[in-house]
Amino acid sequence: MHSFGYRANALFTFAITILALVCAMASLSDSLNSPSPSAHVQVLNINWFQKQPNGNDEVSMTMNISADLQSLFTWNTKQVFVFLAAEYETPKNSLNQISLWDGIIPSKEHAKFWIHTSNKYRFIDQGRNLRGKEFNLTMHWHVMPKTGKMFADKIVMPGYRLPEEYR
Amino acid sequence: MDWQGQKLAEQLMQILLLAFAVVAFITGYFTASFQLMILTYFGGVILTTLVTVPNWPFYNRHPLKWLDSSEVEKHPKPQPSANSTSKKKPVKK
Repeated sequence: MHSFGYRANALFTFAITILALVCAMASLSDSLNSPSPSAHVQVLNINWFQKQPNGNDEVSMTMNISADLQSLFTWNTKQVFVFLAAEYETPKNSLNQISLWDGIIPSKEHAKFWIHTSNKYRFIDQGRNLRGKEFNLTMHWHVMPKTGKMFADKIVMPGYRLPEEYR
Repeated sequence: MDWQGQKLAEQLMQILLLAFAVVAFITGYFTASFQLMILTYFGGVILTTLVTVPNWPFYNRHPLKWLDSSEVEKHPKPQPSANSTSKKKPVKK
């Protein structure tokens, strides 16, 4: 019973087992990488700031987003999903997170970027808490590897404040 | 493929695959290219298949020497006795 088919089957099984092992090692090699990303956001202008007819506050702003996420990329990285969230506290919710902008970075060459944009998604509060509100802008990212576990991290940039009056 | 050939084929298969996996991982890691690692490894798998799966002549260098059929007459089959305790199946693979 040591036929052509037997040998082909044994080889295939062993080859796939080793492939899984190699992929696991590639995934583990990611932990050798200690990334040092940086991000910086500048709020250039509050375009408008108003109360919606239903009573919720809405802001539109123009921002300068610059980030260097190149160190997140390793040989096992497929892409990086990144989003910028406004985070603040209200009496109702201890943490409000509102995504203002997001993007998919397909390669290391695109990981150092600079964008001048108004908020891509609407900045609407659940209520009327935004006047004079201090908020953080947080750069979140999710690294999607070719094999292995996805992981996420963030940079918190504190010290932003909305105006006291609607405009 | 004879007995020694089977052993050789099995060992060659395992050693070659492991070696190609190590080489593929190292090339992939140092060129920072996952694709290159996969290509190197699959190249290795195909080469290993060509070396170990077909019944190449060098797997038949230790053929079994079967007894001549005339030996059967000289050694007649033992007749089944009353107590069949020593009934053993021949080792067959």
